[in-house]
Amino acid sequence: MPAVSKGDGMRGLAVFISDIRNCKSKEAEIKRINKELANIRSKFKGDKALDGYSKKKYVCKLLFIFLLGHDIDFGHMEAVNLLSSNKYTEKQIGYLFISVLVNSNSELIRLINNAIKNDLSSRNPTFMCLALHCIANVGSREMAEAFASEIPRILVAGDTMDSVKQSAALCLLRLYKTSPDLVLMGEWTSRVVHLLNDQHMGVVTAAISLITCLSQKNPDEFKTCVSLAVSRLSRIVSSASTDLQDYTYYFVPAPWLSCKLLRLLQCYPPPEDGAVKGRLVECLETILNKAQEPPKSKKVQHSNAKNAILFEAISLIIHYDSEPNLLVRACNQLGQFLQHRETNLRYLALESMCTLASSEFSHEAVKTHIETVINALKTERDVSVRQRAADLLYAMCDRSNAKQIVAEMLSYLETADYSIREEMVLKVAILAEKYAVDYSWYVDTILNLIRIAGDYVSEEVWYRVIQIVINRDDVQGFAGSYLLFSPIISGRCVVPLVQFNLLHSKFHLCSVPTRALLLSAYIKFINLFPETKVTIQEVLRCDSQIRNSDVELQQRAVEYLKLSSIASTDVLATVLEEMPPFPERESSILAKLKKKKGPGAVSVTELDDSKREGGELNGGGERAADTAAMAASNASTPSPSADLLGIRSSAPMGAAPAAAGSLLVDVFSEAGPAAPAAAVNNDGFLRFVCKNNGVLFENQLLQIGIKSEYRQNLGRMYLFYGNKTSVQFASFSTTVSCPGELTPQLNVQSKPVEPLVEGGAQIQQVLNIECLSDFSDAPLLNIKFRYGGALQNLTLKLPVTINKFFQPTEMTSQDFFQRWKQLRSALLDNVDPNPENYVCAGVIQTKGQQVGCLLRLEPNAQAQMYRLTLRCSKESVSKRLCELLSQQF
Amino acid sequence: MRFLLLFSRQGKLRLQKWYTPLTEREKKKIIRDMTTMVLARQPRSCNFLHWKDLKIIYKRYASLYFCLGVESQENELLALEVIHRYVELLDKYFGNVCELDIIFNFEKAYFILDEFLMGGEVQETSKQTINRCIENSDMLQETMEEYMSKPAF
Repeated sequence: MPAVSKGDGMRGLAVFISDIRNCKSKEAEIKRINKELANIRSKFKGDKALDGYSKKKYVCKLLFIFLLGHDIDFGHMEAVNLLSSNKYTEKQIGYLFISVLVNSNSELIRLINNAIKNDLSSRNPTFMCLALHCIANVGSREMAEAFASEIPRILVAGDTMDSVKQSAALCLLRLYKTSPDLVLMGEWTSRVVHLLNDQHMGVVTAAISLITCLSQKNPDEFKTCVSLAVSRLSRIVSSASTDLQDYTYYFVPAPWLSCKLLRLLQCYPPPEDGAVKGRLVECLETILNKAQEPPKSKKVQHSNAKNAILFEAISLIIHYDSEPNLLVRACNQLGQFLQHRETNLRYLALESMCTLASSEFSHEAVKTHIETVINALKTERDVSVRQRAADLLYAMCDRSNAKQIVAEMLSYLETADYSIREEMVLKVAILAEKYAVDYSWYVDTILNLIRIAGDYVSEEVWYRVIQIVINRDDVQGFAGSYLLFSPIISGRCVVPLVQFNLLHSKFHLCSVPTRALLLSAYIKFINLFPETKVTIQEVLRCDSQIRNSDVELQQRAVEYLKLSSIASTDVLATVLEEMPPFPERESSILAKLKKKKGPGAVSVTELDDSKREGGELNGGGERAADTAAMAASNASTPSPSADLLGIRSSAPMGAAPAAAGSLLVDVFSEAGPAAPAAAVNNDGFLRFVCKNNGVLFENQLLQIGIKSEYRQNLGRMYLFYGNKTSVQFASFSTTVSCPGELTPQLNVQSKPVEPLVEGGAQIQQVLNIECLSDFSDAPLLNIKFRYGGALQNLTLKLPVTINKFFQPTEMTSQDFFQRWKQLRSALLDNVDPNPENYVCAGVIQTKGQQVGCLLRLEPNAQAQMYRLTLRCSKESVSKRLCELLSQQF
Repeated sequence: MRFLLLFSRQGKLRLQKWYTPLTEREKKKIIRDMTTMVLARQPRSCNFLHWKDLKIIYKRYASLYFCLGVESQENELLALEVIHRYVELLDKYFGNVCELDIIFNFEKAYFILDEFLMGGEVQETSKQTINRCIENSDMLQETMEEYMSKPAF
């Protein structure tokens, strides 16, 4: 039975809706709808012209059917006709239909735009508002093109009614969001800012949304809004709850406007004008004070509105991050909320504290709530609150409490909801890595993590753990590159066979890539512990391996089985020789967590942090050939990583430059795994002076990656040519040449590459490089190919530089300075062993001769300058090294 | 604000309002996700959820769930009061509003919403002002007598 309709109901519509509701089944409903659609279609097509009312009724029925979830493919024209009706209700239904069922039909849009234009110029505020609503609801590009210049005029015109101003402001905001290029700043912009002073609170409320959005994009042009917003806010905050009449919401004066003002202020730094700033701080203090006052009403609406302003004020305080007093007060206030009986407030307090935790002023204050937060993680009934608690623990974690937090998170994981386990695992893995002081704690934690939530340990975590373990010197003693698993287990038992059994017991739970790694680990077991051979061969031989449906696993099983039975122990040992450490790169788990949303996601600074600290943990890989140069070149890089170098100032001078350098190799060679493409070829070249791997060149078609390794006077470079398009490259050829005097100095040999590179494919080329004598120029790589018929020709400098052939040398302080003096030119006399300075020693290996090099880098922190001195047994070498290294700073 | 959905305890959608352009497919996906997520919540849980990069704020009034999707920097408590104010406006207009009022007068529910929010932003918060607007537009409409004389089909 139809509910009573107020005003002008449509009886036919009510009957139809009632019919639909009475349908006993989905089929009956569809039948009824089809009957109605047929009826409407025939009415629309009929010879008799429909009156406005019928048209409105049928259009409304169509709308109802559409909102039930059925497709509507007619009636648009009739709806457009309604727009030009003189009757308000018909026009209104027409606009509603258009707003809900936008049609991209350009013919129709033109008609709609015409109707809108008429209504906008009608000077009838009700019609104008309808038209503005329609523009805002549809918000298409065509509409923006038609009206973007008209609406600002309506907005600032002196005779525009308040209600129209409100609609115009928000309509313009919508157009600005969809087509910012079409909304041109102009004379109106300054007048818009002054709407903040408007007497009508509704106009201010609407206009401020527009101003906030415009300020975000053009902060300078809208700067004046700061002082206006502060004085408006101050007036509201200090007003009695009845002053604002209907804009007081449950005894809270203008909560929406207050929050929007506070949000607008978050687009700007703290006001420079002392008076304005003083007034604002006063407002913020008043808001914080009000939170302590007894509530004026028991209604939840009152406390919600009041606290909405409080949270927005806290956001502003955090945004400024410059008023320690306010930050600590904010933190204390949130601390009270952590134990509030309202779940919503506990949730928001946890969320808000996450951001406070990242401020240096309030980090410690946040940490004092650790027990409450841990308790929330354990006892909150609502999973989303628990999730916020986990986020906050993650955010407040530092060296001092890492062990406690990680332990709590681990124990929570045992009972955690499935929906958040994966994220929790990532967080534990990241914290364990970031704050690992000793290696055994890290391994213990990860081991526990795997035990508790093995199913949720994603590949990224596995890979990361492998990377870290492999890059550790002390684990490398275990030999065998993928033997991560072995050291973990060997903490508990030493018998290799038992180790193997333990490892294998988890095999069936692992994903295919992990299983592949495990198979490789098995063959290494055979190599290291011959007594496991029989057992492992049996495992490899069983059907589930050798007939595995996965090609990769099957191939590994077959090959390893064969290898273990044919190859002699010597051959086996050679084949399975230790691999060099992984090049350091951004932690895959951080990347994964970043992809996840939510405030718990990692901020950029955290990422930097963990790169830095992760680096410490990962350092100490095998020495790269260009260690010495690298250490020096990084020594005064003004990057956030610079403080890492602090570690080395305490190292005995001269005694361990190479070792300290090798720590840095891993940290810095990651300078960007996806280093931005080099448009200028020389740029790419320079980036590789101190690193061996990365992307040398990239444009829309082609990406060239490099991996290189050097030993003594020999080098090998792998070039990876990736076709970024979906189209084949034809006649692909590359040539490497040594121009001019480089020919007798450097010998580069390459094998030709396949002439076809399929779309999306990558091909590899190996270059063998021999350094005959010292050199200054770089070899050139020329690449030619046809892409869609057009010949592409590209020449790049190959990053082969003299410093790649360094062999690091260890020497004591005494030795160093003895040699230093021997190589001295007349420039320096007294050299103080200043611990701030970095020294490196190395020998450049060429076929013809060896060139000894000593390097000193003397930073001057005050002047933000440094002095780099190189002394080599050959002058041309010092010159070239200086050129190369100085460009790195 | 990105969207507002009203649905019943049985998951029947009663009103949908979108403030960013989306395809029908995307809309259906969101509707499905929201109804399953919100209806699965325990009573006395908090009213906020994270979903993709959005915050979801929902509240139940009698048999109807009101569900708002907002950008991550928006204020949850205020969003909750946006819902409440809308309920108050409906209540004032229909007088003790119930789900049936919204089903049979869905177009009115849209019109009232449009007076309150526009393009996903609060346009006017004063209950008096909004009610005056709605009443004025009702004045422009025909009388009950005319209504009863209209054909049923």
